[in-house]
Amino acid sequence: MLPKASAPTSTRNETPLGVGPAQALGLYRKLLLIRLAEERIRQEYFKDEMKTPVHLGIGEEAIPVGVCHAVPEGSACFGTYRNHSLFLAMTQDTDRFFGELYGKSTGPAKGKAGSMHLTAPEAGLMATSAVVGTTIPLAVGAALARAYRKEPALTVSFFGDGAVEEGVFWESLNFACLKRLKILFVCEDNGLAIHTPAASRVGFRSIPEALGGFRAQVASGDGSSLTTVIELARGLMSRMEEESQPGFLHLTYFRFLEHVGPLEDFDKGYRRKPTPEEMERWDPVSRFEKDLDDLGVGGEDRQRVRQEVLAQIDRSVRLAQAAPYPGVEELHTDVWA
Amino acid sequence: MSGPKETAVKRSMTFREALNLALTKEMEADPSVFVFGLDVPDHKRIFGSTAGLLEQFGPSRCFGTPLSEEGMTGVALGAAISGLRPVQVHIRVDFVLLAMNQLVNMVSNLRYMSGGKLKVPLVIRAVIGRGWGQSAQHSKSLQGLFAHIPGLKVVLPSTSQDAYGLLRAAIRDDNPVIFLEHRWLYDVSGEVDLAQNPGSGGPVVRRAGKDLTVVCTSWMNVEAMKAAEILAKRGVSLEVVDVRTVAPLEIQPILDSAAKTGRCIVADYDWSFCGFSAELAAQISHAHWGRLAKPVERLGFAHVPCPTTRPLENLFYPSAVDLIRTAERLLDLAPMDLGGESFYSYEERFKGPF
Repeated sequence: MLPKASAPTSTRNETPLGVGPAQALGLYRKLLLIRLAEERIRQEYFKDEMKTPVHLGIGEEAIPVGVCHAVPEGSACFGTYRNHSLFLAMTQDTDRFFGELYGKSTGPAKGKAGSMHLTAPEAGLMATSAVVGTTIPLAVGAALARAYRKEPALTVSFFGDGAVEEGVFWESLNFACLKRLKILFVCEDNGLAIHTPAASRVGFRSIPEALGGFRAQVASGDGSSLTTVIELARGLMSRMEEESQPGFLHLTYFRFLEHVGPLEDFDKGYRRKPTPEEMERWDPVSRFEKDLDDLGVGGEDRQRVRQEVLAQIDRSVRLAQAAPYPGVEELHTDVWA
Repeated sequence: MSGPKETAVKRSMTFREALNLALTKEMEADPSVFVFGLDVPDHKRIFGSTAGLLEQFGPSRCFGTPLSEEGMTGVALGAAISGLRPVQVHIRVDFVLLAMNQLVNMVSNLRYMSGGKLKVPLVIRAVIGRGWGQSAQHSKSLQGLFAHIPGLKVVLPSTSQDAYGLLRAAIRDDNPVIFLEHRWLYDVSGEVDLAQNPGSGGPVVRRAGKDLTVVCTSWMNVEAMKAAEILAKRGVSLEVVDVRTVAPLEIQPILDSAAKTGRCIVADYDWSFCGFSAELAAQISHAHWGRLAKPVERLGFAHVPCPTTRPLENLFYPSAVDLIRTAERLLDLAPMDLGGESFYSYEERFKGPF
């Protein structure tokens, strides 16, 4: 379980975003939880105990943390194989997270899903998938179900920029716009499909421009900044409400590591290494630390949160390592309801 | 209970009327059931099988879609895991191929990948089989392809009773069900017992016999009943077993019949090569090794794309004549004269019942 956060020592008040020091520290905890969990995977991975391909989210953290903060409680979310950030942003449950990565019975799918298919339906994370674009229509279907039952809740679909090249994205967007569904499409744009840059893949000027003819509200911005993500998501949701249209939130970010695996790959020749200034600008944790400075959330609070998060992760990794594998009977269970 | 009492629990109706009644009853019983797909609410109403649904239940529960088969199957899946019971309809099974990514990567896997947390109560109805020279892209059945994927149920009704009972059961099932309807069956009439429970939906004996077992899927049941009728004239007794549910397969009734007769033909309305008939032949042969009088025979589509022109189309699809000739071979009988027999053709439409 997540350790209880104690009240921050700062006394300063809210930012224009309505994020006060206590909430800001809570958001910082989520960013750090994701970052430090991913860093722990990098440390552990070459022991070959986590037998699952890992698509790490270092650089991506602010998008799921910010969007999940901005959307109403009870929103259903759908994601991709790069889902560690989303899973942890929604659950903060590192016990089950590491359980699944280690293939243990303590994982949310008892080890049957692994890193690429983490789900937590009870927390609203309905499905993630390793085939690009495949959860987008599911999100539209979930939004349709909510409209069918006249429920006000929102559905959120997270996907990468590569998914926009899949036909099913356009099929899904078209149907959502046709039915005026309450769905927020969130495009996490790192400019790469595995190792292929957008310039080698697309025949349109930009993703927001390509959406021009659809009856949807569109916003675009810097996904490395948590405050920007929250601000854009909130603004977009109020326009969605006014116009009764789906929303499309396009957020850029920098993928710090290789497509899959724990290493940097700037020496592979398909992209250059960022300068130290760029690294800092694209690092969501550093970026948010500047906002914390402005809010007066001091180093002592941050240090305490860091220690708590590290302790939580360490405990979860040990638990996962010690946990049993699923029994042989599990091979054939969960095929049929 | 409100509404008129069922004065007669048994009624004669066509296959299409039985499908329509099943949909109507399930939509009346459960507000989470909805029916959608291209042309579902148009003036033709999917061979009449969705007639009246729009008028009775309104456009939120019966609606057409964009031409987006993959997207719409994903939408159905998203709705199903959100607590609804979608019935998606494809006017040709060939169009389901556009949704194979969703079916094979998502629909079939989602329960397993969620560790059993998600349920997928989803029915995909698709029209299969032969038409008026429909050629290679409007003529398939594909049960073997679907059944190959763990996590998909595959059901092929061949009577009005099963159109009614198995469709109701499919809608109530918490698993994804591919429901394959042969278009020639829509006009076939049969008695429907509205109170009958379809049970497991597994194999049933359509006609009891002692000399030879014919295991059939879909329209092959009609062909086999015709073959049985003709062979009976020369004293040959065929047992016809309707598989009904290809996946998950309940093999025991089929094994029991093959053990009883000692001779077996698998007549699958699909391609034979790498097909469901091969699976059945393997399981029957394995179970009864050394006890069958002859090797298991298989009848299915020729291993070519379906041709349009009638003389070649007749060769492509297996028929009652093929069944009779194969049965004669298995029984070491000389070919009988079929000159006086009339078989199904477009020009002489089958009226049923079996």
